[in-house]
Amino acid sequence: MAEIAYWEAIRRAHDEEMANNRMVIAMGEDIGVAGGTYKATLGLYDKYGEERVIDTPISENSYTGIGIGASMVGVRPIIEIMSINFALLALDTLVNAAAKIRYMSGGRAQCPIVMRTPGGTAHQLAAQHSARLARMFMSTSGLRVVTPRGPIDAYGMLKSAVRCNDPVIIIEHEQMYNLKEEVPDEEFFRPLEGAEIVREGSDITLIGYNFSVHLCLEAAKRLEADGINAEVLDLRVLKPLDRETIRKSVEKTHRVLIAEEDEAPVGVGAEIMALINEDCFFALDAQPVRIHAADVPVPYNARLEKAAIPSADDVYQGALKVMGKI
Amino acid sequence: MNDADKKRLLKEMIFFRRFEDRTFEAYMERKIGGFLHLYSGQEAVATGVLEKAMLGKGTDNDYVITGYRDHVHALKAGAPAREVMAELYGKETGSSRGRGGSMHIFDPSVNFMGGYALVGQPFPLAAGLAMGCKHKGTKQIAICFLGDGANNQGTFHETMNMAKVWNLPVLFVCENNGYAIGTHIDRSTAVKDQYKRVCAYDMQASQHDGMDIEIVMEAAEQAIDFVRSGKGPYFIEFMTYRFRGHSMSDAKGYRTREEEIEWEKRDPIRVFSKRLIEQGLLTEDDIKTMEREIDDEMENDIIKFAEESPEPKVEDLNKFVLDDNPDPRWIGPLQQ
Repeated sequence: MAEIAYWEAIRRAHDEEMANNRMVIAMGEDIGVAGGTYKATLGLYDKYGEERVIDTPISENSYTGIGIGASMVGVRPIIEIMSINFALLALDTLVNAAAKIRYMSGGRAQCPIVMRTPGGTAHQLAAQHSARLARMFMSTSGLRVVTPRGPIDAYGMLKSAVRCNDPVIIIEHEQMYNLKEEVPDEEFFRPLEGAEIVREGSDITLIGYNFSVHLCLEAAKRLEADGINAEVLDLRVLKPLDRETIRKSVEKTHRVLIAEEDEAPVGVGAEIMALINEDCFFALDAQPVRIHAADVPVPYNARLEKAAIPSADDVYQGALKVMGKI
Repeated sequence: MNDADKKRLLKEMIFFRRFEDRTFEAYMERKIGGFLHLYSGQEAVATGVLEKAMLGKGTDNDYVITGYRDHVHALKAGAPAREVMAELYGKETGSSRGRGGSMHIFDPSVNFMGGYALVGQPFPLAAGLAMGCKHKGTKQIAICFLGDGANNQGTFHETMNMAKVWNLPVLFVCENNGYAIGTHIDRSTAVKDQYKRVCAYDMQASQHDGMDIEIVMEAAEQAIDFVRSGKGPYFIEFMTYRFRGHSMSDAKGYRTREEEIEWEKRDPIRVFSKRLIEQGLLTEDDIKTMEREIDDEMENDIIKFAEESPEPKVEDLNKFVLDDNPDPRWIGPLQQ
């Protein structure tokens, strides 16, 4: 067991999967000679060569399409998109091709690609480098969408994604690449389905995914000092959603808050609220609350940026509201 | 080419024309729905190019991929005609189990990797198929058929660049029929000769008559040899014409009857039939016999199969969205 950073966990998963199966390749901008913007493929170019760790031109739609085509004939590509904003350029090949090929071929073809990309705000990267977009991918039939919150899931879910036969979108976060966690030394896999209770509690369920899980955990600590015992549920997987785990937690705590870094309209929180309405409406003792980003393009100015994005304090205040304390 | 092959290829082209005409009739009878884009007039291109590809070896075939005007490419690649017709009828026995329809014929058992409705999308997919061939170390190549209209998509430029940079074994076949849906190439495209556009990527390219199957085959053989020998991608342009509209809803108001008549004189079936008759290989009566045999097969086997096949079950609506038999080691569920 060693404490490693999120980026190191991703790098290790690449390395092991590439060593295990020569059909596994990595492709993306600056991932080879330069080692990757977030070091996720550091040193792998030297180890596996330019045919397996492929530096692509800045052509997101077509290099993603090339990965998809290769995956149809047995290659297992791990495609890195440097920022989720750039994934918008690859939506045609991701949404119109990868997500639909199995279905429109009547199950005769498949696209087992992995697309990894950081989504989320970092520090003053402005509107075109701060998108989150999880809601867009989670609304697309034919994709799996996962959001590892830390190194254990980042490692174990990438390994599962490489072996899974479906297209998997892994949404990472710029602010999490240096986040550290104890990770077992021996090989393991983390499943691509299932939410996880990361903190047991009885008074309120705080639901998060990706970076917002950390906001929920921090808020839970503060709530504890107020005598409120919060449960924290990490969705882990946005598609398919684990409605059973959500239902069980809400039926236990009777109160719920959903924290997302995305804007609210037609968002992850809206979907979770809809599921709660459908599955456990009568278990609720209070109106659910959503904590989310302001409905604006992310501003450059640090003060404005902070105001646009939810914080742990916002989650804390929101939880107090659900509890009827404010 | 020996005499038997000439006769076989003529019969294949007549079959493909009849197949398309028959789908038109079924469409008018509302037995086929959705969009229907027919290939009539361009038969020499798919037939001639794929005649020179590695086919008949199942999953060791060359990979073939194309746009939405895909029936004939699928048939020539080896997809059974019964299954292609059943797909158009939306039946469970169809090439894509009734889930794809006319624009999305798939038959991976013969490496026909699909028809796609997003114009230009097959460019990168084809380069990916080629990357797969290279990675597996086989002698297979990928062959991508698209129209001139596709060359104005960004994927054209992005893919030509990467195919060349990575020296991928892919043949891009441009079927230049002069129209991007209903807009003439002169009004949409700065460079009229499409093969010249890939010079910007330092790619081998050439342009040929696409209405004469013998010219197509000769040119395709050279291009395929080039790609298969590892020299990199090749872009081959064939000048051709589609006799029908873009799709069923197309009144063809964007072109003149005079233009159509000029191209009809160059009908690839007419050109090749005349040549084989002049060479003494066939008589008019022999061709009529061929047509009767084809009609008989079309009605009594292909259409019959499509009409009598079952539809997909509604309870199978959610099949094929994701892998229906996923490995629990990767998928879970998570143990709490």
